[in-house]
Amino acid sequence: MSNKVTLTIDGIQVTVNEGTTILDAARKLNIHIPTLCYHEDLCVAGNCRVCVVEQENSRALPPSCAMPVSEGMVIHTNSGKVRVARKHIVELLLSEHNADCTKCYKNGNCELQSLASQMLTGDHMFLDLVPEKKYSIDMFNSALIKDDSRCIRCQRCVRTCEELQSVSALGVAYRGNHMKISTFFEHPLFEVVCTNCGQCVNRCPTGALIERNYVDPVWDAIYDPKKHVVVQTAPAVRIALGEALGMPPGMIVTGKMVTALKRLGFDAVLDTDFSADLTIIEEGHELLDRLKRTLVDKDPEVALPMATSCSPGWVKFLEHTFPELLPNLSTCKSPQQMFGALTKTYYAKKKKLDPKNVVSVSIMPCTAKKFEADRPEMRSSGYKDVDYVLTTRELAIMITQAGLEFDKLPDDHFDSIMGTSTGAAVIFGSTGGVMEAALRTVYEVVTGREIPFEHLNIMPVRGTEGEVREASVKISKTKPEFRFLEGVELKCVVANGLAYAKQVMQNVKDGKANYHFIEIMACPGGCLGGGGQPIPTNKEIRTKRKEAIYREDMGMPLRKSHDNPEVQEIYQEFLIKPLGHKSHELLHTHYTPRKRY
Amino acid sequence: MSESKLRRVDLIFGEYSSAKYKVLEETLKRSNEDILVDLRESNLRGRGGAGFPTGTKWKLAADAPGKEKYVICNADEGEPGTFKDREILTRVPRKVLSGMAICGRVIGAKKGIIYLRGEYKFLLPELNREIEQYNDFMAKLGFEFPIEIKLGSGAYICGEESALFESLEGYRGEPRNKPPYPTTHGYMGKPTVINNVETFVNVVMIMRLGPIQFKLLGTSDSRGSKVFSVSGDTPIPGIYELELGMPLDRFVEEFGDGDTKAVQVGGASGFCVPRKKFTETVIGFEGVPTGGSMMLFNSSRSMYNVLHNYLVFFEEESCGQCTPCRVGCQQLRKGILAVKKGDKNSHYLDQLIKLAESMKITAKCGLGQSVGNSFSSIVQNFREEMIY
Repeated sequence: MSNKVTLTIDGIQVTVNEGTTILDAARKLNIHIPTLCYHEDLCVAGNCRVCVVEQENSRALPPSCAMPVSEGMVIHTNSGKVRVARKHIVELLLSEHNADCTKCYKNGNCELQSLASQMLTGDHMFLDLVPEKKYSIDMFNSALIKDDSRCIRCQRCVRTCEELQSVSALGVAYRGNHMKISTFFEHPLFEVVCTNCGQCVNRCPTGALIERNYVDPVWDAIYDPKKHVVVQTAPAVRIALGEALGMPPGMIVTGKMVTALKRLGFDAVLDTDFSADLTIIEEGHELLDRLKRTLVDKDPEVALPMATSCSPGWVKFLEHTFPELLPNLSTCKSPQQMFGALTKTYYAKKKKLDPKNVVSVSIMPCTAKKFEADRPEMRSSGYKDVDYVLTTRELAIMITQAGLEFDKLPDDHFDSIMGTSTGAAVIFGSTGGVMEAALRTVYEVVTGREIPFEHLNIMPVRGTEGEVREASVKISKTKPEFRFLEGVELKCVVANGLAYAKQVMQNVKDGKANYHFIEIMACPGGCLGGGGQPIPTNKEIRTKRKEAIYREDMGMPLRKSHDNPEVQEIYQEFLIKPLGHKSHELLHTHYTPRKRY
Repeated sequence: MSESKLRRVDLIFGEYSSAKYKVLEETLKRSNEDILVDLRESNLRGRGGAGFPTGTKWKLAADAPGKEKYVICNADEGEPGTFKDREILTRVPRKVLSGMAICGRVIGAKKGIIYLRGEYKFLLPELNREIEQYNDFMAKLGFEFPIEIKLGSGAYICGEESALFESLEGYRGEPRNKPPYPTTHGYMGKPTVINNVETFVNVVMIMRLGPIQFKLLGTSDSRGSKVFSVSGDTPIPGIYELELGMPLDRFVEEFGDGDTKAVQVGGASGFCVPRKKFTETVIGFEGVPTGGSMMLFNSSRSMYNVLHNYLVFFEEESCGQCTPCRVGCQQLRKGILAVKKGDKNSHYLDQLIKLAESMKITAKCGLGQSVGNSFSSIVQNFREEMIY
């Protein structure tokens, strides 16, 4: 039990636990002190000073985000002194900021902008410092754009990159008036360890860090009569898209999303969940193959544990941080890239389309997917497998542009082919989902029986934020061809957020872990907390999205990837068998060791 | 030469014992409680400028839970116009080391670190020799308290205690949020006493003289003596140890060149006192406090240039972390320039003074909080010079 502290905020007494900040104590009273550098997911910086309050008998105004409460404290959150100081601070930020709002991608969703309008800063108290600053824009990256002229130096991005992701691609450079957020020797983002995860974008209060958007090229493709535009939607989009269109977090909007996409003019609205199921088949068999070659053939070349490769932020992280462990990464492409490769081969063939006229668009909760689609290895169809990657946010922009009243749209179904999926694919959107989906299939392939968990819910592998989750599944009574797995305890580990991924892989590297199968998602909570998801994203919102994902899984008639009829069909008609020749050609890839800075 | 009116003191630099480390040896025979009682009784306040009661600081660190504690000597001496720590470290390094060792014993620290200003690298060989002798002596005494020197790299902000810890730990020198304070969460997050060079010397002198005799010097709010770095328009620039609590007019009488129009007390982060206020101004914690810097300006100086110069300094030396300091300093400098050039009318100065007042109460650390000291005192007292 922690000690209680009683204090007075704006004349109201409140009792809170010792160690609570003034900011949190005020929120308990429904008093919202404005903040900028503060973010629920990050450590407290206390550097923007917007949240200052007046404390009686104290000369200075303490920052409410960083100041713990103390007994008998008397706080005023909106006194004359506070109002003047706060307005000064916002004015100062604006004077250094390229406040050309109508040209900004974040116009309308900018924390500085709303604060400025709240405080009526229209009278421009101070000199405009922007003309003299030599601000630069880094737009050489396929996923992210960093515009220093919009930066307010709150360091949310720096803290995100370091604390949540242990990547530290972004840091603070220079001092005083020259202080800026920069990279290793100010190299462009594409030349440093940045994984494109976009967590910084998701937390940037202004337009300083944004995704490279492809809204206009996608419209162009849609309006081009010669083009057949196929769109795929990732599992985590359908449980978050509503948020960007005015709905509360945790709503499943799959049907409305499909309707919207059809109305936008896409020629076929398909589902990444289909290729997620396909991924499970390929990845599951790859795991079994690796296990067999290790246990039966004693092949020293085979790398175990095997790690999932669905999360492109994670893949690039491994390429930079543990290049020696790349053989441990599953060679399976991510569902997005499998889908892309099949769109311009299998799908085009079935629909009698010339693949050069097929434009493949994906809607992803992710910014790293943009980089992934641009990888030179992702052209196995002979064309760029995925032409444009849009984030959940970009799709919301298109829907708004088209004037669709999203919450009133009727539900519709995905088109066919490549539009059918199972619950196993849906849970790809949450940490632990790929592991659970893989286990549902692998166990059944090996034993011929369903995995013995109530309702197929493998709770032990359902990851949570802020931890590395280990679990094991004992395999018994195998089918004859999998006798080598009899009695084997399949050891699994699930981690989300690259800081935790680093822990897991360091243990693997040091030989301290004896896992068989590792699932890593680059973002906190998995794809549902992806860098391309609606802003804001915080723990509370991620929890609601997660509940929605598992609700969606439970509501699906099919729950196991190998039950997906379209997946069965593609193996019969096109791929022939998992890990077969066609699979290797289209669905598997290789990786590139990269430098560590 | 007229007869000196100010009392010269010879506490800091004077010989105080025949044998090396005599005071340290004697003091270490006393109990920690005893030492603390004397220290608190002496009313010694920190000599870095902020003037926190030293006895209280040590007591807090002594009472803080934890086995790993540190004593740090702040020898970053970055304040423009201050050069007394250099002199102290050159002339009486033994007193500094003794003070640190006493502190180490009192708070239960196992290690001491001198954070030496990067520009003072030339002091290293001599200081290291001194530390070797100190270590030999301590070994003989059977008391282990090793002291090492770490060099800064020239950032003004690293003289701020929490930025100094960050720098020592190998990070970018940025101030931390307070609370928690260094006495519980200092270097490496452990309880730490960080004092100015001169403060440690004062401790040794209190141990030697006793608090009663120490208190004979100075005023009730400002006990003891202070080493002043006197510079600017003075025929006799240099280091002077004087009694605290002196009236500024007498100081000017003695150090000025007969044409002094202003004294900047406490360096760029201190206050500017104009001629008309010399008589009513006392140098000490009850009046205008100083870390030692006394800059005299005569009527040939443009106070606009003086202020602009300070603001250029702050603009560059701010760590850039918090908004009021990073942007505020730029606005203040560009603001007075705009008024000077006629791009803004003189009322803009009033807006800037309000901004400076906001910076005082909202900036994260002492740097940003004290920019307004020189700004407001110069603009308010020399408004015409800002405009014409």
